Amino acid sequence: MTENQKSEGLMRPHHEVGIVGYGAYVPRFRLPATEIDRMWKGGKGGAPIKEKSVPGLDEDVVTMSIEAARNAMARAQIDPREIRAVWVGSESHPYAVKPTSTVVAEAIGAVPHTQAADWEFACKAGTEAMQAAIGFVGSGMARYALSIGMDTAQGRPGDALEYTAAAGGAALLIGRGEEALAVIEGSYSFVTDTPDFWRRAHAEYPSHGDRFTGEPAYFKHVISASEALMGGVGRTAADYQWAVFHQPNVKFPSRAAKMLGFAPEQIAPGLLSNRIGNTYAGSAVIGLTAVLDIAQPRDRILVVSYGSGAGSDAFDLRVTDRILETRGLAPTTEDYIARRKVIDYATYTRYRDKLKMS
Amino acid sequence: MQVSRHWRLKSERYKLVGETCDSCGVKLFPPRDVCLACEAPAKELYTFTGFGEIYSYTTIYDPPAGFEHNAPYTVALIKLEEGPLVTAQLTDMDDEEVRIGMPVEMVTRKLRSEGEEGMIVYGYKFRPAVPVQELSAA
Repeated sequence: MTENQKSEGLMRPHHEVGIVGYGAYVPRFRLPATEIDRMWKGGKGGAPIKEKSVPGLDEDVVTMSIEAARNAMARAQIDPREIRAVWVGSESHPYAVKPTSTVVAEAIGAVPHTQAADWEFACKAGTEAMQAAIGFVGSGMARYALSIGMDTAQGRPGDALEYTAAAGGAALLIGRGEEALAVIEGSYSFVTDTPDFWRRAHAEYPSHGDRFTGEPAYFKHVISASEALMGGVGRTAADYQWAVFHQPNVKFPSRAAKMLGFAPEQIAPGLLSNRIGNTYAGSAVIGLTAVLDIAQPRDRILVVSYGSGAGSDAFDLRVTDRILETRGLAPTTEDYIARRKVIDYATYTRYRDKLKMS
Repeated sequence: MQVSRHWRLKSERYKLVGETCDSCGVKLFPPRDVCLACEAPAKELYTFTGFGEIYSYTTIYDPPAGFEHNAPYTVALIKLEEGPLVTAQLTDMDDEEVRIGMPVEMVTRKLRSEGEEGMIVYGYKFRPAVPVQELSAA
């Protein structure tokens, strides 16, 4: 069997679905890339971003997902008992065995008559959960499904990824199209077995293929998924007001946008990596929440994730009038980014449990 | 501490679920089934809003066993807007910012971890609300 042909078409459920609530979360600590450069390159190495977000001592993917989910619920204003799936995508679930999602479901009052599960697909675990939520709601199995992409990414000290491995993400409550603040008009998934980045069981830090992470990995999947989706819905870059691409740094999403014909101003509001780093499973979805915070009714948004291993999920969204009455009901993505305390490398090593205590 | 006790306390810890007194309307946290004001049975569950203000506080430099990971940290008495006083850690703020009367909100955080292989215990802490920025289109 060779690769599927994209003529097999756009993914679109029987019933129209969309986002009925959204919420972001970014921890307050920031580690400037110059600190990592000072520690490992004598201050002469340069930096791919300005600074990255770092979780506090009492934060993990459970606590961060709960806050993002509460923000999504504040915007959606629905009864949490109507949520029939709570799905959390991450590569930093606190337990190897015991779901993050049941704690989140309990905290927002969605238990016990609900589905709950943790998703894993490197940086696209969050949009993987979103694709499933579209199917769950679009088939009529659920009135609402909550999909979350959240990470506290692991960066090996001194490694190239330490500059960007960050913490944050977003929760998206998927529901019926008529209640949506943004209708999802189509989606597309594109995956291959590409070994660009991985972390083995029990390993503390990931390994990666250095330059191999670019062309055959990020660009092939992001561009292919984007082109197939845009072809499927019959749109070009000019038809979208905004686009969000998975952002492991600033360079990759900027280049992907250019290759697809998007102008820098179309990706600017959702391109957060320079100020918070790469939030892995949270990256594309928190870019989307930043765009929803400023989008106007009838704006179109393209969202494309990327997860190593490798694959992309692409989504075509149309903002509705409901955005205007819902976005003020919880803190914006920029509110969280502005809430900022700079720390040094020593504090970072303590907060990220890198100190050997015994 | 036993796993079963953590499990029993999850509604209090994750959602601030307490009780309300049917006869005089007083709100109770933690739930104790008997009204502290009128001594009538109080078993109706009530989920607190999570908003309150700092009543008093102290900073812990020499923590009890199990809380070393976070020290130093500040513990406060929080006067919830419905009335009860709750003892909890403060988070997302620096010691010098804390003052009596400061408005705070509940967040769910990691309280402690029972060793490398034990369970992770989550529960309420309090912090100042996230400041709202002026919205601007990019």
